[in-house]
Amino acid sequence: METVIKANKLTKRFGDFVAVDEITFDVYKGEIFGFLGANGAGKTTAMRMLCGLSTPTSGEATVAGFDVFTQPEEIKKNIGYMSQKFSLYEDLSVLENIEFYGGIYGLSRSEIREKNKELISKLGLEKEANNLVRSLPLGWKQKLSFLVAIVHQPKIVFLDEPTGGVDPYMRREFWDLIYDAADKGITIFVTTHYLDEAEYCNRVTIMVDGKIEALDSPGGLRQKFGVASMDEVFYKLARQAKRSAD
Amino acid sequence: MNAIELKNITKTYNKGKVLAVDDVSFSIAEGEMFGLIGPDGAGKSSIFRMLTTLLIPDKGTATVGGYDIVKDFKAIRGILGYMPGRFSLYQDLTVEENLSFFATVFETSIEENYNLIKDIYVQLEPFKDRRAGKLSGGMKQKLALCCALIHKPKVLFLDEPTTGVDVVSRKEFWEMLKRLKAQGITILVSTSYMDEATLCDRIGLILGGKLLSIASPEDTVKAYPEKLYAVKAPAMYKLLNDLRSHDCTMNCYTFGEYLHLSTECGEEEIREFLAESGHTDLEFKPVTPTVEDCFIRLLKVQSDGNGNKSK
Repeated sequence: METVIKANKLTKRFGDFVAVDEITFDVYKGEIFGFLGANGAGKTTAMRMLCGLSTPTSGEATVAGFDVFTQPEEIKKNIGYMSQKFSLYEDLSVLENIEFYGGIYGLSRSEIREKNKELISKLGLEKEANNLVRSLPLGWKQKLSFLVAIVHQPKIVFLDEPTGGVDPYMRREFWDLIYDAADKGITIFVTTHYLDEAEYCNRVTIMVDGKIEALDSPGGLRQKFGVASMDEVFYKLARQAKRSAD
Repeated sequence: MNAIELKNITKTYNKGKVLAVDDVSFSIAEGEMFGLIGPDGAGKSSIFRMLTTLLIPDKGTATVGGYDIVKDFKAIRGILGYMPGRFSLYQDLTVEENLSFFATVFETSIEENYNLIKDIYVQLEPFKDRRAGKLSGGMKQKLALCCALIHKPKVLFLDEPTTGVDVVSRKEFWEMLKRLKAQGITILVSTSYMDEATLCDRIGLILGGKLLSIASPEDTVKAYPEKLYAVKAPAMYKLLNDLRSHDCTMNCYTFGEYLHLSTECGEEEIREFLAESGHTDLEFKPVTPTVEDCFIRLLKVQSDGNGNKSK
């Protein structure tokens, strides 16, 4: 199996505070990899290091074959990233956002035209194509953000709580897009607070106080902890957290 | 007396072009915990903003604690606590400063109603000198709840209070709500977590500005009209696509480790079809629907009705 993310004792300190504490794991090509943890467990910090947005304090990691210390710019070209807070320009239309991101990632004009058509029809946004993104309901925005994050066919896409606040029906439409992308060989690295979504991942890690406390398939984790649902697995682990969610 | 009462409330935006709330009527009893669920843009927040006297309805009337939301808006503001969907505290003030600000505005003090917020505030106390903008998601929610409670409101409005909050903090948050309810506070809450909706006395389902149903979680689930199956096989994505391609399938979607399936065919026929499609180690069993299944079914019916025939 081809490894697309390799992290070895990856650590990030902010002063005395160890946000991410020697995490070690591999992610394989085409895998949907769930990255869970309570608020403040260190998920976003870990993700930012893997995306080349934050330099680790110590340890090693490669993403898509590039080193997080020395080749962060190469990493950025080869990944997609959908951040928790911001991913689209609200003052641009749907089409303009696709064009903008396509341009940023170096797609040619004809490729961008293709992508425009493909994405709009995939989302069924024909009528809204020229509307400002601000006017779209949250669920549609999130679906568009995802497709924009993979507009350049990256090897890996990082999704930071992509479905927060999205209703159960729309969340499933969002996951249909994830499945489809994974099926086409894009590796998915995703965080979520909806534990039913953890079940849709091939493997899941659970972070507690900056450390990885569990890493297995959802079924493997349920078995290991002797419980019936991922909710209970998470609850058992996260309850031990000493660090307050701050 | 009902704590909250809406009669034929309608609200439009953009000079009538956008219909946000469409002739909605319902009432909430004193001390009741009422959950409002629906997709984004369904009109939930508009209802919250009208009941909290921040918006005036186009048509209809409503009362909170017996007061009219238009005429008696000042009286209502004194008896309600409101947590808006967006974090709305002062980011540059500390935890303690925010709390004492809200207490002062309502002409009370932190000490006077401390018993009401004690359970929540003890968790915030170690950070009382931290600026609100620097708190984590879970802590922000707790502070917002404290600020909404500091003047001992009769009615509490919580607009998606747990979005982005992890399971452990969500559980704690709902434990607090239960204790507040036990003290007689009426609670109107919206949420995108269906496990939370199940904890309410009654649930109102809202879609496209219209209230589609109001029932207890038990009755909501009982009203599910079709037989529902849970299906599982090693190749889940293929299973999902295969089941969706079958003519009998009314709906098929992921549900934790299983797929949920409603179908017009019998179990045997589907099993046969799946075996022919190459699925082995199949798990196939009837399941009792949950509130989440009811919600998905309703949105599916709606979306099919709009000519969107995808399964």
